[in-house]
Amino acid sequence: MAILVVADHDNGTLAPATLNTVAAATAIGGDIHLLVAGSGCGSVVEQASAVSGVSKVLHADNPALENRLAENVSLLVAELGKDYSHILASTSTDARNTMPRVAAMLDVDQISDIISVVSEDTFSRPIYAGNAIATVQSNASIKVITVRSTGFDPVASEGGSAAVEAVASNHDAGISSFVSEELAQSDRPELTAADIIVSGGRGMGNGENFELLYKVADKLGAAVGASRAAVDAGYVPNDMQVGQTGKIVAPNLYVAVGISGAIQHLAGMKDSKVIVAINKDEEAPIFQVADYGLVADLFEAVPELEGKL
Amino acid sequence: MKILVAVKRVIDYNVKVRVKTDNTDVDLTNVKMAINPFCEIAVEEAVRLKEKGVATEIVAVSLGPKECQEQIRTALALGADRGIQVQTDDPLGSLSVAKLLKAIVDEEKPDLVLLGKQSIDSDNGQTGQMLAALAGMSQGTYASEVNVDSGKVSVTREVDGGLQTVSLNLPAVVTTDLRLNEPRYASLPNIMKAKRKPLDVKSPEDLGISVSSTLTTIKVEPPAERQAGIKVASVDELVEKLKNEAKVI
Repeated sequence: MAILVVADHDNGTLAPATLNTVAAATAIGGDIHLLVAGSGCGSVVEQASAVSGVSKVLHADNPALENRLAENVSLLVAELGKDYSHILASTSTDARNTMPRVAAMLDVDQISDIISVVSEDTFSRPIYAGNAIATVQSNASIKVITVRSTGFDPVASEGGSAAVEAVASNHDAGISSFVSEELAQSDRPELTAADIIVSGGRGMGNGENFELLYKVADKLGAAVGASRAAVDAGYVPNDMQVGQTGKIVAPNLYVAVGISGAIQHLAGMKDSKVIVAINKDEEAPIFQVADYGLVADLFEAVPELEGKL
Repeated sequence: MKILVAVKRVIDYNVKVRVKTDNTDVDLTNVKMAINPFCEIAVEEAVRLKEKGVATEIVAVSLGPKECQEQIRTALALGADRGIQVQTDDPLGSLSVAKLLKAIVDEEKPDLVLLGKQSIDSDNGQTGQMLAALAGMSQGTYASEVNVDSGKVSVTREVDGGLQTVSLNLPAVVTTDLRLNEPRYASLPNIMKAKRKPLDVKSPEDLGISVSSTLTTIKVEPPAERQAGIKVASVDELVEKLKNEAKVI
């Protein structure tokens, strides 16, 4: 029995979430093969072969895979996946786009966003925005699974010495094409991998005021997130959104500033180790999950906090 | 062009769900139900495409028990032309839903299928992609902008690092993200009119699909409770606690 893990990458760097996915594969048990599908992604292959616990790296290189279009990548993964007991990927947008397509091609149900492995066929996953945890058992011949990275501690990115095997790929469905992308630029750590996150909500008032949070974040080496309210109001771009419909995070410290704590936001951050809330409304639901709450005007408290770090 | 929109009946998003004491499922008795918010956005987008003269007919489809006709009526009140319900009391997984929708697609031959990116109950986020795979269609998931132009649809997608634009051959499947649009409210005259719009009821047997799943839910539990912490009086105290008590900075 072997497990195929689909590596998450941007053709240049292996995404850290892949290490959490390999950890989930390790918990299931079996030989772990890591698939790197892309174009000109030699450096990713190098990083992949150093990942601890991986016995083989499969490298598919083809221009049709460059932008990781689901229509093309799914053809490759479904073809390779037939020989595996499990196919795993992290819960990145790439994987969420591709994996259900793979599952349907293999005629099996997919198990989305698992947070723990009970046994090789039984997994638990959050439902209803994290307000319930379901344990599900699969009798599918091939188990197609996406892994919530915050549920598993990453394996070491160094120390492995997996053999690299090139796999042929001419998978081009020819029904879709990449046009352009517009990626947000940031020097701060990536949201889902950050150790500390400072997040702002509607209470920030406007986009300029997020500068207050950036200053605090820079002192802490933290990433900056936002609630859906702040994104919808146009204060910050949507890739900063933490919540059921945005990114799911579980840092060591989550500082929620001017965020009321709606169900959909809590679904994205309530597994953080320590939660701090700064809000002037002492009835805000965020205080029910915060380890440390400060009832104060954020426009006074945040600059003061920055000064004291 | 013809658009097929799939809508799901789910618990209202404001409701705090409760897990049943026997841990078999969440308790849905006497709970307010509504159209899934992402599906509502899909309906709105279809209606806007019709208002722009791109779409000529919108067919709303829902799968499940009799009550999901209410959600089809909502879609009709928002501007869909007719409805199809696939009636079954069996629980449906994403793959079964995709297979049933594929059968409807084969009958209706839409140019574009719009779905929400995920339902807020199962949080699977699979159906659109699975349907696209089964029907051999291209897919534009997490759409925040949709433009139809000469046999193709251009979709701007919300991806992890920002936005990505893809061009898809029609017919295509598009799943909606929250920022695609702001759904309208149904007016009372439109709600009245929707009662007279046609609604076909079919069964999975009519479509030649047997509903089954390889997944069994063993138990459903409430998540670990997070204890409320303490309120601090000042920023000084907060910094002190984070440094010395929680040791996170």
